[in-house]
Amino acid sequence: MPAPPRIHRSPVHRSVLWLRANLFSSPGNTITTLVVLGLLAWLGTRFFEWAVVNASFGKASVATCNALAGHGACWSVVANKWRQMLFGIYPQAEQWRPALAVILFCLMLVASATRSMWHARRLIALWGLGTLVCTWLMAGGLGLTPVPTALWGGLPITLMLAVFGTLLAFPLGVLLALGRRSQLPIVRAVSIVYIELIRGVPLITVLFMASIMFALFLPEGVSFDKLLRAQIAIILFNAAYIAEVVRGGLQAMPKGQYEAAHALGLGYWRTQQLVILPQALRITIPAQVNSFIDNFKDTSLVIIVSIFDFLYAVKQSVVSDLEWRHYFVEGYLFAMSIYWIFCFAMSRYSLWLESHLNREHRT
Amino acid sequence: MNMQATERLRNVLYQVALVGAIGLVAGYAAFNLIHNLESRSIRIGFSYLTREAGFEISEKLLEYDATYTYGRAFVVGLLNTLFVSAVAIVAASVLGLSVGIARLSPNWLLRQMASVFVESVRNVPLILQLLMWYGMVTELFPPAERALQLGPMFLSQRGLSLPWPEAHAGWPAALLGLVAAFVFWLIWSRRTQRLRAQTGRASAAWWPSLVAFVVLPMAGWAFMGAPTAFSMPELGGFDFEGGKNISPEFTALFVGLSIYTAAFIAEIVRGGIVAVPKGQIEAAQALNLTRAQRLRLVILPQALRVIIPPLTSQYLNLTKNSSLAVAIGYPDLVSISNTTLNQTGQAIEAIALMMAVYLTLSLAISGLMNWYNARVKLVER
Repeated sequence: MPAPPRIHRSPVHRSVLWLRANLFSSPGNTITTLVVLGLLAWLGTRFFEWAVVNASFGKASVATCNALAGHGACWSVVANKWRQMLFGIYPQAEQWRPALAVILFCLMLVASATRSMWHARRLIALWGLGTLVCTWLMAGGLGLTPVPTALWGGLPITLMLAVFGTLLAFPLGVLLALGRRSQLPIVRAVSIVYIELIRGVPLITVLFMASIMFALFLPEGVSFDKLLRAQIAIILFNAAYIAEVVRGGLQAMPKGQYEAAHALGLGYWRTQQLVILPQALRITIPAQVNSFIDNFKDTSLVIIVSIFDFLYAVKQSVVSDLEWRHYFVEGYLFAMSIYWIFCFAMSRYSLWLESHLNREHRT
Repeated sequence: MNMQATERLRNVLYQVALVGAIGLVAGYAAFNLIHNLESRSIRIGFSYLTREAGFEISEKLLEYDATYTYGRAFVVGLLNTLFVSAVAIVAASVLGLSVGIARLSPNWLLRQMASVFVESVRNVPLILQLLMWYGMVTELFPPAERALQLGPMFLSQRGLSLPWPEAHAGWPAALLGLVAAFVFWLIWSRRTQRLRAQTGRASAAWWPSLVAFVVLPMAGWAFMGAPTAFSMPELGGFDFEGGKNISPEFTALFVGLSIYTAAFIAEIVRGGIVAVPKGQIEAAQALNLTRAQRLRLVILPQALRVIIPPLTSQYLNLTKNSSLAVAIGYPDLVSISNTTLNQTGQAIEAIALMMAVYLTLSLAISGLMNWYNARVKLVER
């Protein structure tokens, strides 16, 4: 069959066709386009005037911002206070250390996202070593000025709560998922009760428990760092959610895999370790990334039990400052964009991964 | 001993060890707890619920002041949680459905707008959004003296003040009429459906219902004496008196929860619609149904089967997320329990009550949704 003749259209013609198909295909469609365009133009110009034309940039004083009388954004609040927003009350002269720790953390996240790192040993080595270096950077010692945890704050805390809140919850989550599918009635019951109990209550109540109730269950005089308690609460909370994700992966395993492992004479643990989990965990990776995003956003709740995370640092440096407090919109927008960049990047990665793994699975 | 017997023995041992470990930890914790409570002279028990609370609550659906008990305060907080969750669930569903449909619109621009909305809302922590909304209401709106007047309503830092009918038996009667109209609508639409199935002729289903929705509430209102007295908001000092005030806390929580959850619901709705087989849509087109009819009669009923389970968990999330109210000072369950435990020191009881309530709510909502899910499930031949 001869190939159909190729129609050569000019770019202009092509874009006209595209416009007609996508924006003006019917009267109703045309009206929608015009209404949305009008709305966008109105909102867009107003926002542009506020955020760019009339705005104050650079390290201008609060008087300059007050003179704008709300007609322009006061980005100077960010220019003046970004260090405090990012690192809290960490000593000014030493703030390169948390900055380096944050960069290191991000590099480790990126490294963990590459396929060649997906081996338990490599990941444990990477995170073990990385954690040691970050802790050294944050806490000091060995040539660096010591900084007590009471002065830590801001973005490093948020990253720490999120990353360890997932990493350390993972083994527990896997055990709970296995427990929920176990043949042993008591093991199963304990797992189900734990998972459903945790998933049924909001994170805040668990954080309250950690910050108020926990001390009552320890021997008198023994006390934990507040930050550590919140971290433990987040780990225990996440484990239940991770368990449900892992359970999804386990359920997707065909029965033949178990039977084959059994035929090879493998016991329960060796079956799980060598046959089931490597496959089941792999297919749940995109879902795990999504639950990490949720966890990353959820860490901001620690503000309620007065932990100095990134959101708290932003709130403290802008809203609690009598001079600058009117410019909280700019401060919060700054915080929103930082959270957004992290979450959006991760959600795109999860989408990419999903299609990538699917394609691999099919070939 | 044969292999099976060894395995059975091992299984028993595993479980005994697990129970033992849990028992040991629990026992140790209980031992410490008793000791700690003794040394701090806290008496455990729920008797504090009958003591006088001594704190005011700014928003309440029940009669309450500082002389009422902690138990009453707890109920007031619970009702506030339920109220804001219920209202926000309705708003989030409507908004989420619209955005989800807009994401599949043939109009490119609308599609893009919908995705920008979804991607910007769901990638920012809810608590930050709540703080932003709350700040905007309390800081950027004019003070009460210079409130924006929208007809009989006033918008200011004190929230939205609007006229509200004075208490009179006519209003509940009108509400009853509304419920009656709703019941009528249900019965009537079922009847017309049945008639259509029997005779094949479509009968006008909508106008008797519309009449019912207008006439029944008015009848109830008129029958009980047709009250017309409204309490109007008026500026007195620094605040509005009279009328009904919708507080900035409630507004921020309501708007924040609705928008945040709507972004997730939109994705669920989109996924559900995409999951409807293409042949269904083509068949509907072949029957010459309009786009709105296709959506309402063919696509949505089938998409609902896919949508309901994840939607349930979004409703649950919203209810649990309403606990963030404590960050902006709306007196919800968590906020009131927090005040209570700070005043009484009964941390264990207050937190346990709070968790029990959320657990019950979770189980209740998922039970309800499972029931509905079973009803809309595809009936296979």
